[in-house]
Amino acid sequence: MAGTWGRLNIAALVLGFAFLYLPIVLLVIYSFNESRLVTVWAGFSTKWYAALFSNRGLMDAAWVTARVAFLSATVATVLGTMAAVTLTRYARFRGRVLFSGMVFAPLVMPEVITGLSLLLLFVAINFDRGFATVTIAHITFSMCFVAVVVQSRLISFDEALEEAALDLGATPVGAFFQVTLPVILPAVVSGWMLAFTLSLDDLVIASFTSGPGATTLPMKIYSQVRLGVTPEINAACTLLIGVVTVGVIAASLVTKTREVQRRRDEQLAERG
Amino acid sequence: MNRALSAVFRRLVIAVPYAWLLVFFLVPFFIVFKISLSQTAIAMPPYVPTFGLEEGWSGFVEALGELSFENYLWLFGDPLYVNAYLSSVWIAGVSTILTLAVGYPIAYGMARAPSGVRPLLLMLVILPFWTSFLIRVYAWIGILKPEGLLNQFLFFLGVIDQPLVILNTTTAVYIGIVYSYLPFMVLPLYATLEKMDYSLIEAAGDLGCPPLTAFWKITFPLSLPGVVAGCMLVFIPAVGEFVIPDLLGGSRTLMIGKTLWNEFFSNRDWPVSSAVAVILLLLLIVPIVLFQRAQARTQEQGR
Repeated sequence: MAGTWGRLNIAALVLGFAFLYLPIVLLVIYSFNESRLVTVWAGFSTKWYAALFSNRGLMDAAWVTARVAFLSATVATVLGTMAAVTLTRYARFRGRVLFSGMVFAPLVMPEVITGLSLLLLFVAINFDRGFATVTIAHITFSMCFVAVVVQSRLISFDEALEEAALDLGATPVGAFFQVTLPVILPAVVSGWMLAFTLSLDDLVIASFTSGPGATTLPMKIYSQVRLGVTPEINAACTLLIGVVTVGVIAASLVTKTREVQRRRDEQLAERG
Repeated sequence: MNRALSAVFRRLVIAVPYAWLLVFFLVPFFIVFKISLSQTAIAMPPYVPTFGLEEGWSGFVEALGELSFENYLWLFGDPLYVNAYLSSVWIAGVSTILTLAVGYPIAYGMARAPSGVRPLLLMLVILPFWTSFLIRVYAWIGILKPEGLLNQFLFFLGVIDQPLVILNTTTAVYIGIVYSYLPFMVLPLYATLEKMDYSLIEAAGDLGCPPLTAFWKITFPLSLPGVVAGCMLVFIPAVGEFVIPDLLGGSRTLMIGKTLWNEFFSNRDWPVSSAVAVILLLLLIVPIVLFQRAQARTQEQGR
């Protein structure tokens, strides 16, 4: 009986992962295709990568995207961590319900609504659209994702540790930075990475909030895809996938080593 | 001293993100609502009235009088918009059920896998989520188009002699949504299934309950919180989806996110697109509140 269930489970996993990965794998394979046609294999070639690097428009857009993503992820991580602390620690203050609503709503809000509403705000206050407005927009939605990720870590954090630090004379700020932050750091780092990739990826909100001179890579890719499939885009996508994959694997290895180290320390402390 | 500093720290930690979300999340919705009551104008910004400060209080009252619900009457009078709302909800609903059907076996398989393999499986589900949404949708164009890889493969197998037309149909939109939102479904399902006590199933088996009945009577009801959270996480953003219907759906695939985008970027009608957004938001308020409740409940359980 257990055998049948086991085989069914493995079949579900194999099929599921094939469905998740096949499109991405095919895209990567065809980025090395000699032919211009995406469906015909005409031999291995890296010429689309060469074409990509000599494409000024795409390169400029990539640079804008990287700067927006870095800046917005950093600010969003600070704000999102603060929001997570507020949600887990401060049970009672005026407007808490509204606050938690505002933290969770952007997670599911359709992008067209967020984009349109931010654009109308910037127009209403006469704020010139460009690099700054895209960055502000990205901070706003990604800080909520950071808050959720950090919050899940804070919930399992033993508050007694921080209280002990306070009893021993640490200031609240000192206790936070010396005790709490190091413990929740893996979650803060993955929150930053999530914010970074969300920003790299966003097409809809950037299209609404950006102005002349601040075209992001997804906007550029989108406009080229609409004109027809070009193998250069396959190459650009493959590079993006590569960068993100390496980053995620590296980060998870770092988190894992830290986690192992922490457990070992805890065991030592218990024995000692 | 310590206590005073603590109070300042606490107030700062609350106030900064609070103020940010008020200014950049809540206030914009009021502006959208206000503009949805305005009229289109050939000006910059392209609507009247604009509530200029220079006209003072009387100007404000006068501008207030110019607001009207005309745009909303127009939306409900035009079957295009009504149909777009209905078909968005329909497409999102069908895709949510399909995503649940595809995602449940995966989540179950993960939860029953040996505990050493689980982190790796979890990582494999999350990894596509880190790769660009736009790229993943774009990848399907090459697969689904008439001369694409899927048709070539089916030709090769000899299953078909006419290419299947999938790209630019609603079927392609279903495939796109299921594919893109699958991790959102699998992760909450996995979280509840992993915590489940499987000795209950064994007990049911010992008492003579067939596995399928045990699944429907025990596993599925216990995983309901995950089912609800996963369905909300797929359904709500799918209703307003723009990229998937635009790239994979044809001109006959009607979805409200795409309609709003076109109204804004092609027709440049800001008041009407604001009204479209307000109604979309009203439509989503119930599921969003449900989602927030589910979120609060898991939080309680986490403590």
